[in-house]
Amino acid sequence: MTTPLPAFNPQESAKFFFRHGHAGWLGMEYEDHGSDWVELKLPWREDLLGEEDRHVLASGPIISLMDMASGMAIWTTNKTFTPVATLDLRVDYQRPARERSAVIARAQCYRVTRSAAFVRGVAYDDHRDDPVAHMAGVFMTIGKDPRLAK
Amino acid sequence: MPNDHDTAQKGAGQLPIYARSLGIKLHEWEDNIPVLQVGFGPFVEGRPGALHGGATSGLLENAGYAALRARLQEEGRDPQLKPINITVQFLSAGKQKPTYAKGRITRLGRRNANVSVEAWQDERDRPIATAVMNILMADRAK
Repeated sequence: MTTPLPAFNPQESAKFFFRHGHAGWLGMEYEDHGSDWVELKLPWREDLLGEEDRHVLASGPIISLMDMASGMAIWTTNKTFTPVATLDLRVDYQRPARERSAVIARAQCYRVTRSAAFVRGVAYDDHRDDPVAHMAGVFMTIGKDPRLAK
Repeated sequence: MPNDHDTAQKGAGQLPIYARSLGIKLHEWEDNIPVLQVGFGPFVEGRPGALHGGATSGLLENAGYAALRARLQEEGRDPQLKPINITVQFLSAGKQKPTYAKGRITRLGRRNANVSVEAWQDERDRPIATAVMNILMADRAK
């Protein structure tokens, strides 16, 4: 891992990440990114409903989307793909997502220390200023930081 | 007083579509609280060989709702449950094996319930993740 690698690119990585596993099963899509944030989209899916009698997306997939967007925001901010583990993730639900709407999660990595990364974000279906949920999370670096190698 | 079999049948039937899609199942009943289980597979995989944090959260959340529904059923209540928030603590990586989760009602009020949930794999006393949830209980629209 000492060879310099190109900076982490969320758009390119998404093609790989969302092909398999939990993110692939949910059908996550890359939406947009900036220097310290990433937006991912979860298209509407009938089989992700949280209740029998209401056409409302379950909250679980929103957590998954936030978790994934957070990791990618951290890698985008750090410009490296160092494995991270979620330590603590909090989601506050403001309102149910609209029926048949895709949900977009925007996670921003607002602070990075040598071993921790702090993220915050929102999930929304229509406008970013009318969120479905707010999120705050702390992640730990689990891969070796090259600067610590003896 | 419904017997365990009846309660279990109803409880299992109440797992939401999302939970069933993810492969979450009722594992067993313990002290009138359902223990949910999810097997390892591509649907729940995050980093190669590890459980995705979102899948773990989904299991915890469903176990929390299941515990609350079971208790409400005992009390003859059937409100609509709405999530207020959830805080998940990830304690260790979930491995390629079944994961279980069970909730505990910390406080049951008239409008709000506070539920703690633990998820574990091999050893019950070494949870891989825990969660605290606040759930709003609203009267169903007639």
